[in-house]
Amino acid sequence: MTDKTRLSADQLAHNFADLHPAYDRDEAVVEASRCLYCYDAPCTRACPTHIDVPRFIRQIQHDNPMGAAETIFAENIFGGSCARACPTEVLCEGACVDRTLLKEPVRIGRLQRYATDHAMENDLRFFEPGPDTGKRVAIIGAGPAGLACAHELRKAGHAVTVYEARDVPGGLNTLGIAAYKITTEFALQEVQPILEMGVDIRYDTPVDGVMLETLRRDYDAVFVGVGLGETARLGIEGEDLDGVWEALDFIFQTHTGSLSECRVGRNVVVIGAGNTAIDVATEAARLGAEQVTIVYRRTAHEMSAFAYEYELAKADAVQFLWQVQPLRFVGENGRLAGLALQRVQQNGNGRTATVTPLEGSDFDLPCDMAIKALGQTSLLDLLTNVDGLSVENGRLQIDAQTGATGAPGVFSGGDCLSKGAEIVDAVQEGKIAAAGINDYLS
Amino acid sequence: MKKPNLAAELCGIASPNPFWLASGPPTNSAYQVRRAFEAGWGGVVWKTLGHEPIVNVSSRYGAIDYDGRKVVGLNNIELITDRTLEENLREIREVKREFPDHAVVVSLMVESNREAWHDIVKQTEDTGCDGLELNFGCPHGMSERGMGSAVGQVPEYAKMITEWVKEVAQTPVLVKLTPNVTDVRRIGRAAAEGGADGLSLINTINSIMGVDLDTLHPQPHVAGRGSHGGYCGPAVKPIALNMVQEIAADPAISVPISGIGGIQAWQDAIEFMLLGAGNVQVCTAVMHYGFRIVEHLISGLEGWMREKSFAQLSDFVGHTVHAVGDWADLDLGYKVIAEIDQNTCIHCGLCYIACEDGAHQSIRKTEVPEAEFIAELEALSANGAPPKTAASTLQVSGGTRVLAGAGAGIVNRYEIKQESCVGCNLCSLVCPVNDCISMIEVPSSIPSMSWREYKDRLERGEVEPIEPPAHV
Ligand SMILES: Cc1cc2nc3c(=O)[nH]c(=O)nc-3n(C[C@H](O)[C@H](O)[C@H](O)COP(=O)(O)OP(=O)(O)OC[C@H]3O[C@@H](n4cnc5c(N)ncnc54)[C@H](O)[C@@H]3O)c2cc1C
Ligand SMILES: Cc1cc2nc3c(=O)[nH]c(=O)nc-3n(C[C@H](O)[C@H](O)[C@H](O)COP(=O)(O)O)c2cc1C
Ligand code: SF4
Ligand code: SF4
Ligand code: SF4
Repeated sequence: MTDKTRLSADQLAHNFADLHPAYDRDEAVVEASRCLYCYDAPCTRACPTHIDVPRFIRQIQHDNPMGAAETIFAENIFGGSCARACPTEVLCEGACVDRTLLKEPVRIGRLQRYATDHAMENDLRFFEPGPDTGKRVAIIGAGPAGLACAHELRKAGHAVTVYEARDVPGGLNTLGIAAYKITTEFALQEVQPILEMGVDIRYDTPVDGVMLETLRRDYDAVFVGVGLGETARLGIEGEDLDGVWEALDFIFQTHTGSLSECRVGRNVVVIGAGNTAIDVATEAARLGAEQVTIVYRRTAHEMSAFAYEYELAKADAVQFLWQVQPLRFVGENGRLAGLALQRVQQNGNGRTATVTPLEGSDFDLPCDMAIKALGQTSLLDLLTNVDGLSVENGRLQIDAQTGATGAPGVFSGGDCLSKGAEIVDAVQEGKIAAAGINDYLS
Repeated sequence: MKKPNLAAELCGIASPNPFWLASGPPTNSAYQVRRAFEAGWGGVVWKTLGHEPIVNVSSRYGAIDYDGRKVVGLNNIELITDRTLEENLREIREVKREFPDHAVVVSLMVESNREAWHDIVKQTEDTGCDGLELNFGCPHGMSERGMGSAVGQVPEYAKMITEWVKEVAQTPVLVKLTPNVTDVRRIGRAAAEGGADGLSLINTINSIMGVDLDTLHPQPHVAGRGSHGGYCGPAVKPIALNMVQEIAADPAISVPISGIGGIQAWQDAIEFMLLGAGNVQVCTAVMHYGFRIVEHLISGLEGWMREKSFAQLSDFVGHTVHAVGDWADLDLGYKVIAEIDQNTCIHCGLCYIACEDGAHQSIRKTEVPEAEFIAELEALSANGAPPKTAASTLQVSGGTRVLAGAGAGIVNRYEIKQESCVGCNLCSLVCPVNDCISMIEVPSSIPSMSWREYKDRLERGEVEPIEPPAHV
């Protein structure tokens, strides 16, 4: 069993403090005054949920944070989480015209947080359930996709029952996002207004193929928002050694218990270079690992981690070992002692480029903890026996305009459709499916 | 090139530069005036004196902020000096002795009584001051007692009191005008007829700064009650410029003008001078930032004069006065239309919505697929063309390409509909990028003529009626 963190509770609190502290009123108003109030604003188009950004920023500027919060939540009921965790660099802020004019975008995410915090701190509510339509919808998975869908359906007056495998709502938004971005308490608080809309939620209720059939019979429509499962196995020797971890298990511990109980090695190796790998490496460093190394088959150019995440990891003294691939985990007395690696050569550029191993380049990288952070696996087994569905490369196919799958009355959205995207995408897909279901039911 | 000469002279009062402090809080005491002269101010108009010190209220000032910028406009319900006449006169005498080359003008206001005016003029001039300024402008408090703007709003009174003062005054007399009138020229003419050697304008404008939305009190307030205060600061400049030009262009007025109202940058000061002011006075900007701003006024004026090869102030004072006149004399055959520089446009859409909702629906918005837009950028830079502004903001992160100004896969291209653009300037005013939208002169189908000429020619059957512009 890997040891617990050796850092004091104070040090941990410091290390996991907000990445970007909240603006106070004056900071928010000054930042808001940089916004040009664009028409058909690029930032709004670039936001997957199409929040009316110039409108909410102007509301902040004119001392109306309540109105700003309503503008945000009207399009994105996870607006508080998104404000903290969205990769704004490639979304709204990447599109902001102030990047051209002033070489610095308006800090839309932080302004969004200012407004949504105001609503949360004052316990404001903006929406009401619609008049009862007599229609009933079952939702599988209480992640951002499922709950955003539930919220829209309640606004339209449909009865909603959510089936959730875990004992908490919010999916990866509650358990998976780096704790210095979103705290568990915040995530749980943010879903309260959704649940208060009259969403009946059944925890500890994983849905399988058999139950799905029942749901399809008992409800007028079903939404599948099960997200993705644990990260993929490597299928190499020593994978079950004590000290070899799966990324989500490692991250979950920062949300399910106190930080002092978290386990972390002294010398940690992370396999993969996506955003999950960066989160894992950064969190390991902040939990007190003395050395953290990310190993990746390709070069920095090909990694899927966003540039600012990469910078964050480098600032946390995370080391990068490019163009190596794992051969086996090396054990000593049943515990992990190292990772055997092999250098590879990349043929061409880009993420489709292949790699060829370099003969005789094997070496051992000593470590007492190795965390696998490759892509997440599919959870769509429950759909195996549903007629009409089309699954390609482990991904469910839907109509992008309505979220409808090939099976009548079955809709879907969120990570289970993709390789894993962002909270904001899951919310938008939940909204689209709710509109699709609403049309289907009327 | 030699440094330009900034020395100024206004109706016989000399100062090392044209920058004076207007009568107000910054000129309240010898302590402040010394600091002001040491900082570089050319002259001061001492805070208005009366026979008896007045009693002020608290609070006294209100301000408007605009979208994050503080004190775009200021107002006050303060009265004239709250110090004794003796104290003020003693200090004026001292300061004048210490700064013989700087202009010390004293502002006066007493009840409308000939003896009272004679007395204060004599006592004041005994200090050795360089001139007097009659405050016919204060819009609050003093006017309720028959002084200030109560005098300045009635031509007969303004003339009469100016005459009283001129009966005894040995130094030049400026009359300070209130803008709270329908035609400032009538008061200006009356003062000139009464013998005024110069006119100062503008004093403050009647105003209520606002209402506090928590307490519902007017702003500023004294125990919950407000009064009509005087408005000044950057926001009033255009009003002041207009009045200065009207006075400067009036054939019946030939005395020099001291320009006041909203001056905070050197450009403001030059504009006043181009429109006829021989020097300028500043109050609010100093109340906001202190005496030190005069350094910027001086260096800005100097730099501009060098650039324009002006050696002294008289080379440009009044230059633009006669370029302003009646609308009926403007050329109907002059035509400009807007042109957007696609190279520097940042795709904010502000010109489009301004024209669409607020003007003449003459900007076209076209959705260009992002990929096509980027390909265009790349082709341009491959050909060695200067990169579009947008090209510099194309960035890649985690394999995702982002372009500022793009969103949902499209970039909006904005273009002027040349055939319907009426050349109103609105888009070029709202565009956040300097020089991105320019107004270019184009041939017009209308011959060069003023409206007056057009009316005559139309009557004589020499021209066809001008077609109204097309509207959507
Ligand atoms: C490590 C990590 C870090 C991330 N960081 C960010 C970030 O910084 N910013 C960002 O925007 N996004 C981030 N994401 C992505 C984000 O968390 C997801 O895109 C989002 O949570 C997807 O929402 P979802 O509702 O589709 O799925 P999930 O959040 O995964 O929710 C699915 C829910 O379905 C439940 N479920 C699964 N199977 C069943 C079943 N058979 N029956 C009943 N219930 C079931 C699950 O328990 C879960 O509650 C991160 C993801 C990971 C893995
Ligand atoms: C607080 C305050 C007090 C003023 N007191 C006087 C005064 O006593 N006499 C006077 O002639 N003008 C007075 N003024 C008017 C100024 O001299 C000046 O005409 C006006 O403020 C416009 O100039 P500005 O925009 O540079 O402030 C006062 C202005 C302010 C703000
Ligand atoms: S939800 Fe995310 S992408 Fe959308 S505006 Fe807010 S921070 Fe930006
Ligand atoms: S693009 Fe930037 S400046 Fe324009 S509305 Fe959005 S945040 Fe404001
Ligand atoms: S206002 Fe200027 S920058 Fe904005 S779209 Fe129009 S031309 Fe482009």
